[in-house]
Amino acid sequence: MKNELTRDVERVVLALDVNGERRELLVPVHKTLLEVLREDMLLTGTKHGCELGECGTCTVLIDGKPELSCLLLPIQIEGRAITTVEGLAHGSDLHPLQQAFAELGAAQCGYCTPGILLSARSLLDENLRPTRDEIREALAGNLCRCTGYTKILEAVELAASRMK
Amino acid sequence: MKARPHPAASPPASPASGEARVIGKPLPKVDAATKVTGRAVYADDMLPARTLHCRILRSPHPHARVLSIDTAAAKRIPGVVAVITGADLPVKFGILPVTQDERALEHEKVRYVGDPIAAVAATEEEIAAAACDAIAVEYEVLEPVMSIEAALVQPKDERIQDYGGPNNVHKLVSLEFGDVEAAFAQAAHVREDVFFFQGNTHLPMEQHSAVASYVDGRVTLWSSTQVVHYVHRALAKVLELPMHRIRVIGAAHGGGFGGKTDPFAHEIVVAKLAMLTGRPVKCTLTREEVFYAHRGRHPVLMWVKTGVTADGRIAAMHFRSALDGGAYGSYGVASTFYTGALQTVTYDIPAYKFEGCRVFTNKPPCGPKRGHGTPQPRFALELHLEKIAHDLGIDPVDLKRRNFVKPNSRTVNWLRVTSCGLEECSELVLKASGYRDRQKRPGHGMGFAISSYLSGAGTAIYWNDMPHSEVQIKVDRGGVTAYCGAMDIGQGSDSVLAAIVAEELGLQPSDVRLVTADTDTTPIDLGSYSSRVTFMAGNAALEAARKMRAMLVEAVEAAGRKYEEVPFEEASVLAEARFGTLTSAGSYTPPKIAGPYKGSGVGPSPAYSYSACVVDLDADARTGLVHVNKVWIAHDVGRAINPLLVEGQVEGSVYMGLGEALMEEQVFRKGLHKWPSMLEYKSPTFLDTPEIQTFIVETVDREGPYGAKEAGQGPLLPVPPAVCAAVHDALGVWIDEIPVTPEKVVEALRRKEKGEPARYGPPRFPDIPFPPAIKVEPPPKDLNGRLAHQEGTY
Repeated sequence: MKNELTRDVERVVLALDVNGERRELLVPVHKTLLEVLREDMLLTGTKHGCELGECGTCTVLIDGKPELSCLLLPIQIEGRAITTVEGLAHGSDLHPLQQAFAELGAAQCGYCTPGILLSARSLLDENLRPTRDEIREALAGNLCRCTGYTKILEAVELAASRMK
Repeated sequence: MKARPHPAASPPASPASGEARVIGKPLPKVDAATKVTGRAVYADDMLPARTLHCRILRSPHPHARVLSIDTAAAKRIPGVVAVITGADLPVKFGILPVTQDERALEHEKVRYVGDPIAAVAATEEEIAAAACDAIAVEYEVLEPVMSIEAALVQPKDERIQDYGGPNNVHKLVSLEFGDVEAAFAQAAHVREDVFFFQGNTHLPMEQHSAVASYVDGRVTLWSSTQVVHYVHRALAKVLELPMHRIRVIGAAHGGGFGGKTDPFAHEIVVAKLAMLTGRPVKCTLTREEVFYAHRGRHPVLMWVKTGVTADGRIAAMHFRSALDGGAYGSYGVASTFYTGALQTVTYDIPAYKFEGCRVFTNKPPCGPKRGHGTPQPRFALELHLEKIAHDLGIDPVDLKRRNFVKPNSRTVNWLRVTSCGLEECSELVLKASGYRDRQKRPGHGMGFAISSYLSGAGTAIYWNDMPHSEVQIKVDRGGVTAYCGAMDIGQGSDSVLAAIVAEELGLQPSDVRLVTADTDTTPIDLGSYSSRVTFMAGNAALEAARKMRAMLVEAVEAAGRKYEEVPFEEASVLAEARFGTLTSAGSYTPPKIAGPYKGSGVGPSPAYSYSACVVDLDADARTGLVHVNKVWIAHDVGRAINPLLVEGQVEGSVYMGLGEALMEEQVFRKGLHKWPSMLEYKSPTFLDTPEIQTFIVETVDREGPYGAKEAGQGPLLPVPPAVCAAVHDALGVWIDEIPVTPEKVVEALRRKEKGEPARYGPPRFPDIPFPPAIKVEPPPKDLNGRLAHQEGTY
């Protein structure tokens, strides 16, 4: 602890609204939202692939819109609604997207899955009848190396059909 | 009353219970819920109390002697708990017994930018990074060797490694099966071509990560690895601890594709730091470090000469490959053999000569990537045959089909082919795509290619007579647990194990608890590489499950009842009362089918998968841009244990093959990776990936579990050559070099316009001092029949 105190790190008190729960934290001001979610709030469902805003893996929703948590400072989004993959299900009931991804094998290694689920949720919140090209466009910022994207597209379509 | 009955022998194609209830059904993966809720715990998600964070100092030079390393300033930084260098970990390791050439930290010489030199454990990652910056290293910079050609000549300063040779040659191979020269002399037409397949990398979404702890004199390592057993062996060697004092656990896995199949420096480093500090230590590579860790696709230059009869039957083939291996051995010796091994598994080649060469260069080491050493020669072979067909005025599809291998045969290099669905696969994609009746329009083309891949390597990485996979099953009070060392890397190996056990016991996969990839609690499985898990762990699971079923059935029948009519819980109570603790075990050892020659260990597999593919694309003559419209792929998987997962493997393979064919390149400038980021290293996005139509062909292999073979690697192989064949169909130019970038297409068209050969590709194959070929007699024609008589197999 003594070593910690010798470092000149500015800390801020943050009040973050994550998955509908208000949490107050004291964190170094330079930490990204990704780091705060994973390290300070132990919400490790949000993954990282590059920490440079290139792969989409760390996508979360801010007021319902997909954002890259590796490029956000929490202080920028105080008071706004943050949704992570942990906030998708209702209790033990999976979100229709989660259900469809599980049923159709849209998650292989599963590492890109949380980010893709959130990008897809944002799409379906606005448009429950997306064309395949609209889904491709909405998810184009999320890389996946396992699936060839095919089963993901099918799963988003299945979820959309069930949510209508 | 403890005698354990052996299960009655029954053909593997059908479950002991008769009608399949689980096998062949498109069931969700057993870990699907944890994956879609974010609850799967990957290595970097772990943060045990008091965890220290590790960063590794890496070489900024591609080739240099390390004169001194001063860690004093780093050690003084508050928050730094330990700093280690190569002097702390001097023992060398490597995945292959013949190339133990790596150190976890190098204190004598660095061989590529990114070679690890020192490591820091600190209370925070930023402190560890700052401490790495404070380590002073004095180098004597050496001239780097950066290409195959440069590696073949006398180095300016010194060789990269002190073994192999001449110069920076790592390995030379020369094998001849049958009388190749005589066969060439008889051929009606002989053609030679040169091809180049650029290197590329796995680009797993998850960066490599490992966490180690040291408690009561025992090391535990959680890692993002495909091969817990081989990491276990490397740790024991370098840490100089007996294996029973080390436990390696595979964390949830964020993508491998072969890239996490070597033991890595950071895995050894965190274990050592945990031992020194008594605290958990974690190291997660940055994305840039992942690009340098690599072990990916070898760049391979290839020369192939084939003689054919007038009607297009192959008479003889001579294949040469030169692999740019990077700085260390890795899997390279095996990779080299693989560039020459599987040509004969798809086409009947009566006389075959293979000369292979791997060189060391001052770049990150290459190793296995999906298809390990075989996509490159497959690309060359398929295009080469395409060109021969054009020479002869024969339809390329017809020429290839005339030469397809037959099921239940031996190749000239002694590989045993059992089930083979090449004909069925080809017919399906040709028909569905309308390839034969395609309408010509400017810039539009279609291409066809085939391939084959192993269902597991027939020989282990280190020589031994033990099984390659083992499964234990425990049943108590109605609960079933299966234990296996197999590592699920997302391909669904856990789901395959659960499906087989569930099928045999009359349950659903979700009824089976799994304990996998933990060297303390699970019996051996060699790992997720060479597409081996379904075949090998699957057969082990099948044996264990049938033994368990036999006990349950005997106990139920002794009670005067029928197994199918008794609830499982009740059956398990009857059996536990009759036999005591209910455990069973099964194991799988591949048949000894390698040929009688040195080097025959690479290539044999208990069964080969087969694929055929048609690519439909538009190529723009003005910009050189290629747009793939659709891919049809048929894959002979033997038997789909879970068709949903098979489709997922096939689609992912096609996607990755398209990335390699069109954009992915691992290339270097002055020792530095040109684009070590996910933005600049181009890989296909949702927008770039076309519709993929998959056909599953089931040939029911006689030795696979329920007839299953492999699905995870083979379907990548036909994609790059099919793309190039389609580009030729569209524009009339040959792109003999992967990836097919717009620049290459435009340049080939420019050459065509100028009346030069309408081709972009390497001009020549270098002069390589191959040794005289080891001459191997082809197997006798009646070999299969004789072996069937002798060994109960053929």
